Amino acid sequence: MPKKSGRDGGARRAKSRSGELRTVGHNVARAEGVEKVTGAARYIDDLVFDDMLYGATLRSTVPAGRIVAVEKDPQFDWTGFVFVDHRDITAPGRNAVAMITEDQPFLAVDRVRHQAEPIWLVAHADRARLAAGLARITVRYEKEKAQLDFETATEVLKEIAIKRGDLDAAFARADVVVEGTYRTGAQEQLYIETNGVIAQPGAGDHADGITVHGSMQCPYYVVRALRVLLGLPEAKVRVVQTTTGGGFGGKEEYPSVLAGHAALLARKAGKPVKMVYERHEDLIATTKRHPSIITHRTAMKKDGTILGIDIDLRLDGGAYVTLSPVVLSRAAIHATGPYRADAVRIRGRVMMTHTPPNGAFRGFGAPQSQFAAEVHMDRIAAELGIEPIALRRKNLFNTGDVTATGQKLHDSVAAHEVLDRALARHAIATKAAAKARGKTAAKGAVKGAVKGATKNGAAANGAPLRGTGLALFFHGSGFTGGGEVKLASKAGIALTKDGVQLLVGSTEIGQGTRTMHAQIVAESLGIPYDMIDTADPDTARVPDSGPTVASRTCMVVGRILQRAAEKLRAQLGDYDDGKSFKKRARKLLEARGTVEVIEEYERPGDIVWNDTTYEGDAYGAYAWGANIADIEIDPISYQARCTHFTAVIDIGKAIHPILAEGQIEGGTLQGIGWALYEDVVMRDGKMHNASLTNYIIPTTLDTPPITVEIVEHPYKNGPFGAKGVGECPIDGPAAAIVNAIRAATGKRLDAVPATPERIMKALV
Amino acid sequence: MIAAADLTVQRPRTLKQALQLLRDASAENQPLTPMAGGTDLFVTLNMGQRPSARYLDLWAIEKLRGVEATGKRGLVFGALATYTDCIESKAVHKRLPILVDAARQVGGVQIQNRGTLAGNIENGSPAADGVPVLMAADATVVLRSIDGERRVPLAAYYHGYRKTERRADELIVAVEVEVPDGTQRFDKVGTRAAQAISKVVMAAVGHRLAFGSVAPTVVRARALEAYVEAGGRDVAEAQRLALEDARPIDDVRSTAEYRRRVVANLVAAWLGGLDKPPRTR
Repeated sequence: MPKKSGRDGGARRAKSRSGELRTVGHNVARAEGVEKVTGAARYIDDLVFDDMLYGATLRSTVPAGRIVAVEKDPQFDWTGFVFVDHRDITAPGRNAVAMITEDQPFLAVDRVRHQAEPIWLVAHADRARLAAGLARITVRYEKEKAQLDFETATEVLKEIAIKRGDLDAAFARADVVVEGTYRTGAQEQLYIETNGVIAQPGAGDHADGITVHGSMQCPYYVVRALRVLLGLPEAKVRVVQTTTGGGFGGKEEYPSVLAGHAALLARKAGKPVKMVYERHEDLIATTKRHPSIITHRTAMKKDGTILGIDIDLRLDGGAYVTLSPVVLSRAAIHATGPYRADAVRIRGRVMMTHTPPNGAFRGFGAPQSQFAAEVHMDRIAAELGIEPIALRRKNLFNTGDVTATGQKLHDSVAAHEVLDRALARHAIATKAAAKARGKTAAKGAVKGAVKGATKNGAAANGAPLRGTGLALFFHGSGFTGGGEVKLASKAGIALTKDGVQLLVGSTEIGQGTRTMHAQIVAESLGIPYDMIDTADPDTARVPDSGPTVASRTCMVVGRILQRAAEKLRAQLGDYDDGKSFKKRARKLLEARGTVEVIEEYERPGDIVWNDTTYEGDAYGAYAWGANIADIEIDPISYQARCTHFTAVIDIGKAIHPILAEGQIEGGTLQGIGWALYEDVVMRDGKMHNASLTNYIIPTTLDTPPITVEIVEHPYKNGPFGAKGVGECPIDGPAAAIVNAIRAATGKRLDAVPATPERIMKALV
Repeated sequence: MIAAADLTVQRPRTLKQALQLLRDASAENQPLTPMAGGTDLFVTLNMGQRPSARYLDLWAIEKLRGVEATGKRGLVFGALATYTDCIESKAVHKRLPILVDAARQVGGVQIQNRGTLAGNIENGSPAADGVPVLMAADATVVLRSIDGERRVPLAAYYHGYRKTERRADELIVAVEVEVPDGTQRFDKVGTRAAQAISKVVMAAVGHRLAFGSVAPTVVRARALEAYVEAGGRDVAEAQRLALEDARPIDDVRSTAEYRRRVVANLVAAWLGGLDKPPRTR
């Protein structure tokens, strides 16, 4: 029987959940917590190198055009400036950001394809001088026609198709066909620390190498990008992740671009160069969540059985490919939602537009496609006259069911259980809220004359509209299909005289990587948590553990570390506690000098994937989620506000329950932001509201009470049963909220963000 | 990044010094921009814009601080009276409680500690939250130069978008309010629950009504006020009249259509509560 925890169940958890585990499942102190809360942690902008210059980027101010000339003001004093343009990239280096394809240049050559595209790089020792100089360089363009709207765009950057069963037959048999079109907007990751790096000529003994320190998720992606840009062997490129203030996918691919820029300037200047974006630059230049338009056609039996699902899904890729093909892939694989159908057709396309490239963002396409799926489920329920919950129960995945890609779900399927738990927790919360409201109402009767009139007038003008909405979802952990095999990630453990040091390329970006990995290793070695140290994420020291993305850092990398720990344990022989471990470790170190165990990813034998036909086991395991949103709409301002949120997620095993709950709360809130507030306003292909004042994320006061419950259906190939947790929580909130708005108003929105302006249009 | 190296900042200790500096600078045709908490200015500078290269930092002039109660319904706000001063003032709570509501919704605590009513007025943003309250309360702006003082009704203080009555050699030294009778009401419709710039603000004191974020300046709804004053209570007519003065536009935060609807909704709500007995605290 899987165990559960609630956010308020700390005491209960300690008794019931830990079992024989001594570290895993316990809320140990965060590995890097003290340095962060005391302010000792050093972020990239805290670092100053001797003789360092500052770098800045000259960017395009048109969405499409030919560069006619770049001109420096001859009246300006250019002493001390360093300039780089595309001609400074020389063979064997290539002017291409190495990602899935090499279509994106580090610096524009003769054409620009989007606003804010880098054209020149400039450096100077004085930041103010640098800003003044940058303003004195002008670019003349011959403007070209720009395609800014992906819905009318025709150029396809990537297309995939998933097919299963006989769709025509399914539609021929259907009692009812339900169709709907759904749209989602772009979203900014809004990490608190903006993108920043420092590049320094030389790497170790190699004077002609390059070292980059910076805020990032994937140091080895940056290594690869620098190797291609500079034509250097791996030994001459060193990348060090500095303390990173958030990523959310926004520091998956973009730091490769920025590191390349700083490296070019540093090599030309022969000095270290720091480049840290101001918020405005970070907002206009870096990647966002792909906007989407998704059409569902569903063949239904009258009794609510889904016969066939036909989905057309388009994403706005922006001007270059970046990671769009894999975002599309994840979007498509999750597009049915957690429901079975014998016949499925999913057509997915990424469209090219003359806008800054969109890229990785927590959820990676799955939030978009499952938004459509879950809002569509409510539409089907309405058209068939079936209760939304009953409709879902009828079609939800069970163990043994088969997904769109033909994956048979062998184990760890919790679709029904998360729904049951969410309904139960929501009922409790609703009861409690009603009780509390009863009390406030009584108080309000006394205080009403004081407060009533100033509260947006809602009280004077009738009560707010209230509604409740549901969303069910799932999220595959790890890279899609054969991705993990290709990555061949490595991670390991070195013995030290005081314990062990983890050698892992996964990055701590606020989510708890270091803590969770240390717990897994401590538990596996049977030694105390505080005997585990983690090596700095420096590619000169740690192996390539694959990128810190895709909800893979616990399930995939954690499992590699667990295997390394098991091997090390075997080498050490018998010991019973930390003290005897140390004795044996010191003996072994004396004998061998160094003791390191590095393990590589091993494909679980039962996972099969065909990348050509898009068939097979898309993911080793799925996390399962259920959300219930309670909302109210102010009749004066049309602002929808979430009043309570229930999030129940099955993650296999919570290695660190508080951190896992934090991931669920954070992902939920980021989903609420996407659903109600976050609107990237584009004008002429450029983000128009590029400031924290005008790009609205929810504050604490906009955050509802969130009831979190973790369900633990263990996955046999995950460490201690763990699956991914980082992304799943953001897949559901938008649909739950839009479904709640429909329940409150009777109007369909079918799009996020559900801003007051949009809700008004639906209502009047 | 703020390029502070080439900014001139004068920091007088007394009001007299300040007025002399303003006069001298104005005579040399190199006017100084008065600066109080700097909460608007620093955002502008940080965005790389530089509205002026020369500033007169008033923060050290103790005499300009604080809120004073006068007579039975009067309030005098010094030029350096902050939102926090308003929130903490018993007299403001008692006489103009909607100013406390407004002050609490301006930025966060840090902004409330530095931001001033006078700065809010002089900065001239149509989205200012404090200004509609003061305008609905018939506030008077006290301007002083080295030659003397003059008083200008706040409702007549703006000549256009961010254009004010103040001459280059003058300083706002105080804002005076003789709070009129009647029900008070304040509504801020912002982009979120806190730390938000307003999409529509409405402030009412009795029959006096002012709107923010719906015109190039904060405006009084004169046509509607006259109608209500004369006993008019028809909701549709009131809404129509409000939109004679409230003429919103589309901008980065919202649409004209949305703002018109919200103005109409607010007017309906206000009208509904107008003839009920005034609230007490």
